[in-house]
Amino acid sequence: MSNASVEQSSTEHSVGVIEPKTIHFDQPLELVCGKTLQQYELVYETYGELNADRSNAILICHALSGDHHAAGYYSDDDSKAGWWDSCIGPGKPVDTNHFYVVSLNNLGGCGGSTGPNTINPETGKLYGPDFPIVTVKDWVESQARLANKLSIQTWAAVVGGSLGGMQALTWSLSYPERIKHAVVIASTPKLTAQNIAFNEISRKAITSDPAFHEGHYYDHNTVPVKGLMLARMIGHITYLSDVAMGEKFGRDLKTNEFNFGYGVEFEVESYLNYQGKRFSKTFDANTYLLMTRVLDYFDPAADAEGSLEKALEKSTCGYLVVSFSTDWRFSPERSEQLVSAMVKAGKPVSYAEIDSPFGHDAFLIPTERYMAIFSAYMGRIAEEVGAKKEVNPNAR
Amino acid sequence: MRADLRVIEPWVEANTQVLDLGCGDGTLLAYLRDKKKVLGYGLENGAKQINSCIEKGVNVVERDLDKQGLSNFADKQFDTVIMTQALQAVRRPDVMLDEMMRLGRQGIVTFPNFGYWRCRHYLLWHGKMPMSKSLPHTWYNTPNIHLCTFKDFEALCRQKNIKVLNRTVVDANFEQSRFALMWPNLFAEFAVYRIARY
Repeated sequence: MSNASVEQSSTEHSVGVIEPKTIHFDQPLELVCGKTLQQYELVYETYGELNADRSNAILICHALSGDHHAAGYYSDDDSKAGWWDSCIGPGKPVDTNHFYVVSLNNLGGCGGSTGPNTINPETGKLYGPDFPIVTVKDWVESQARLANKLSIQTWAAVVGGSLGGMQALTWSLSYPERIKHAVVIASTPKLTAQNIAFNEISRKAITSDPAFHEGHYYDHNTVPVKGLMLARMIGHITYLSDVAMGEKFGRDLKTNEFNFGYGVEFEVESYLNYQGKRFSKTFDANTYLLMTRVLDYFDPAADAEGSLEKALEKSTCGYLVVSFSTDWRFSPERSEQLVSAMVKAGKPVSYAEIDSPFGHDAFLIPTERYMAIFSAYMGRIAEEVGAKKEVNPNAR
Repeated sequence: MRADLRVIEPWVEANTQVLDLGCGDGTLLAYLRDKKKVLGYGLENGAKQINSCIEKGVNVVERDLDKQGLSNFADKQFDTVIMTQALQAVRRPDVMLDEMMRLGRQGIVTFPNFGYWRCRHYLLWHGKMPMSKSLPHTWYNTPNIHLCTFKDFEALCRQKNIKVLNRTVVDANFEQSRFALMWPNLFAEFAVYRIARY
């Protein structure tokens, strides 16, 4: 994001300075894998105000590397906004003038919620690789309990991109009575063999790093930096498009000539190395492994004899599905498959394929048509749940 | 109110499922939803139109009918499949008609009549492709690539074993005039057909 847009969003269109909160859960959570989390904590943030009849709550679900910090800043001189600040805030598609927005870090994440890098109360040591494999369904269960604690009976909408979209979809199947709308952006009803293959390369990169120590790297005071970096570099390529990379880097060299060696010579190499390095310093390797498995296992149709249409039967919410033309990770065809099943099941759904050069990452980038569609749909929800407040004409 | 809505509405049963091919800004589907409580879906590929549909709360699915077709929908999935003023703009109107009959129990089609006397007069008098209020494009940039007359359309229906259940012919203002009723292929500018396969 450019400095100019940070400045703009840090003022009138920002949710401002935010403080994350933590809730402790004592009620054991039985996971799909058969194991049980006896107790756990979830870290979350909220933006906007809950209205009197508690009908304007929106749940934001994060993707692979996201966390609870979706919008706003942590201090006045914080230069880095939350990961979806482009879409959440006053006057933005998820308009905090109308909605009360909840964003959490999912179980198994590394943003503060219970996960591999937190203490297992039973052993007094970090969970590490012993943290159970969770699924999207488990997340939705934990999110439902978070909703209970916040006294939110029904979400006006559950919204997410990529892996976040899978959570929105799962909400509509697990708790049809607790969700009015699901917004599923740049997502898919299940991963393809190619998707799983890329995940496997990422996992191999991490687990084959000598510093990984079977996931017990914390005990050895080290981090599998190289593996995590490689995993991120591979992932990053699948988030971008050939067009976007071509436009951003082309064949540009760091110096003006070939060095006839194997060092970093092309700008694109330099960029990937930088992204990988930065990521490896902030993200937990065990969480990365876990997230890729959550993705691999996601397949709601599998619970309904392989029929997505059948899986959707119980759903009662409205859907907005959005895809991006150059997304080859979860291509428009994947979204269309989902939409066709929704129409066949007789569920209300709208679908748009946004023409964008930014590949899978496009769901984070506020391009004009994307914002128009997203805003129109959310605006309609705001009207439906009676959340639309009179906007002071002098405010703009 | 758009005049064609008045003609179409009585032919759509309440609480049924409707597919509108080329639904534009969703006016028809919003009208049928409010009046007849139908579950409607519109297919559209114009960005502005799609946004208007979403603003109205009309279900709209982005789809290019020529490029992507309708194979993703199941046989007899809908009660009524509607195509207003768009049949003449698709690459294969005959295939589209077959698809409409496959997807729905009945179809409703409207299109401009190229046999309308003004069209004939324009071509006869000027020797050029007719242009009018309802056909405002020049021959080289018109989206209307398959214009036909009522006679042409009805011949195609016969050939395809499609029955015309109702036909309402109207003038340029979607009013029913005496002349249009007497010599529709000459004096009616538009027709609204209700069709079903035998």
